[in-house]
Amino acid sequence: MPTTPFSFALGAGLPYFSALQNQRPIMSTSGKTLFEKVWEAHAVRRLPNGQTQLFIGTHLIHEVTSPQAFAMLRELGLGVRYPHRTFATVDHIVPTDDRDEPFADALADEMIKALRKNCRDFGITYFDIKSGHQGIVHIVGPEQGITQPGTTIACGDSHTSTHGAFGAIAFGIGTSQVRDILATQTMALSPLKVRRINVSGRLGPGVYSKDVILHIIRKLGVNGGTGFAYEYGGEVFDAFSMEDRMTVCNMSIEGGARVGYVNPDEKTFAYLKGRPHAPKGAEWDKAVQRWRAVASDADCRYDDIVEFNAADIRPTVTWGINPGQAVFIDENIPRPSDVPESERASVEEALAHMKLKGGQPVRGIPINVAFLGSCTNGRFNDFVEVAKHIKGRRVAPGVRAIAVPGSQAVGDLLHEKGIDRVFIDAGFDWREAGCSMCLAMNPDKLVGDELCASSSNRNFKGRQGSPTGRTILMSPLMVAAAAITGTVCDAREIFQAPS
Amino acid sequence: MPLTKITSISGRCVPVPGDDIDTDRIIPARFMKCVTFDGLGQYMFYDVRHDEKGQPRQHPLNDPRFAGAAIILSGKNFGCGSSREHAPQAIRRAGFKAVVAEGFAEIFFGNSTTLGMPCVSASRADIGAISEMVEANPALELTLDLAAKTLSVADRQFPFDIRETARAALMAGEWDPIAQLLDSTREVDRVATALPYVGPRT
Repeated sequence: MPTTPFSFALGAGLPYFSALQNQRPIMSTSGKTLFEKVWEAHAVRRLPNGQTQLFIGTHLIHEVTSPQAFAMLRELGLGVRYPHRTFATVDHIVPTDDRDEPFADALADEMIKALRKNCRDFGITYFDIKSGHQGIVHIVGPEQGITQPGTTIACGDSHTSTHGAFGAIAFGIGTSQVRDILATQTMALSPLKVRRINVSGRLGPGVYSKDVILHIIRKLGVNGGTGFAYEYGGEVFDAFSMEDRMTVCNMSIEGGARVGYVNPDEKTFAYLKGRPHAPKGAEWDKAVQRWRAVASDADCRYDDIVEFNAADIRPTVTWGINPGQAVFIDENIPRPSDVPESERASVEEALAHMKLKGGQPVRGIPINVAFLGSCTNGRFNDFVEVAKHIKGRRVAPGVRAIAVPGSQAVGDLLHEKGIDRVFIDAGFDWREAGCSMCLAMNPDKLVGDELCASSSNRNFKGRQGSPTGRTILMSPLMVAAAAITGTVCDAREIFQAPS
Repeated sequence: MPLTKITSISGRCVPVPGDDIDTDRIIPARFMKCVTFDGLGQYMFYDVRHDEKGQPRQHPLNDPRFAGAAIILSGKNFGCGSSREHAPQAIRRAGFKAVVAEGFAEIFFGNSTTLGMPCVSASRADIGAISEMVEANPALELTLDLAAKTLSVADRQFPFDIRETARAALMAGEWDPIAQLLDSTREVDRVATALPYVGPRT
């Protein structure tokens, strides 16, 4: 394919980070954000339209958004340029109960076969269903040590922002960009502005990372982050585990921010050490040195700074049809008359779908289904925390409760420690790894207008598989409390002093 | 094969009212069980257009007066949620050439641009005015002029916004960047070599 003279004229000879220099004063003596440092290290050149050609060091793929990209590649007669930098797993369509192949769903079976063939044909590492390493792509990347600080990561899935928890710049992308990365290991992109989000103080008992991100989205809006990368920090993030940081970064996209990240620190390094794809020996020490240096400088300049106080955050649940429509557990659902005129129609639409009334308390809403799992809250610590509290308790009669580890490794470890038993004894259906009921591309679905207390990330109309199904998002412990009482309730009142 | 230079788009409009219309609504996940984008057009906004029994609902997208429309009019944060390219693919394959909304989610915007489908932002008041005009007379054609950044309907003109990089790419016929990305393998390899975690090509 010929290049236009235009692209030569603008593309060649410019500094790597020209796209950023357009935005920031060259004379500035201030330090840099992690975002700027990673961007500059990965910028290949400026494209004729002003975007940057950005090198993507780590590409993750799954069965839903990659087959069309491979088809495009074949159609164009192209190969995969850096096959060792793409990693695959299967998550969206896998059944979480009977996993013998062929799958009962012929379409799902076709998709897993296509992924397997594409990985084989192009020499791509694939964590297959029988490998012991399969799972949700955003859980597998970190636990394999593939997700590392200072890297660029892309995946055809909006929750790729999860990987930012490690100080990576991680983008959710469309299928055409999956093709671009397979073919060139680069994509065309404009730099994002950086908004620092500080959460200071300490979270109260029973308040979790999920409450923090739901609160941030509620306050900044579901499109408040458009054009921004969110850099999360402050005492609360310093104290968070890597799992907690992943939960928050995961839902950045629900606030409109395509990228969310936390600066790497000792916890990041401790999590990665010894993982299969993490650097080893002398390479490890060098890597840690680089990773330390990639964190935002103390004197860097942010495009925006937002402050939150941990003491103001209480357990948060959604009541509507987007993740920003949320209240604290002790609040009432807003009435259409409570909100500005421009939001009234949205509130009315949400109330109608949820079959809830404006002004009613969110506490006490009866649930039909409880779902523990997903790339937001399907990690080891999520289950451990819930297990501490549900020992000896039973899921309420009539509630269908399922617990789905986010990866085979998570499931295996929970089994080894006997934690799966706690869930089974409490009446949860214990499943195999996958996306499960988060998005219902597999047999786990809501039926009719069932209402689900869910630890997942989206409460969109129809998201959990039934067009009239209803979703209330909350932390894993709040899901467990809802499962046990059969209603949306305050976990702090149900369980003894959650830590 | 050179891409079409997209400088203006003309066609009839259909209002799809609402804010925060997510990509699950544009294309429900159950229709993504496919290894090709072919045939997605028929499932565009499926659950918005059909009730639980699969019967058509009353909605502008089902209204014969708007049949053959080429431009969608909508609200804030259109295309939020999942990064699925299936969403703009479904809209394209259902015959639409552009979306005019108050604002767009980032990934949807990029995906649409790469398909040569402009997503342009106008004010709530202006989109409301255009919607009223086409509700009254669905035969009215809207012209979206990327050079002038205007929407023209009958004798009225409204301004719109679009990210400059997208406008430049659409107008230059370079909205699909693959040719340009393929054109710099030496620079790409140089950047890769400087990144310790990448290592040489295998």
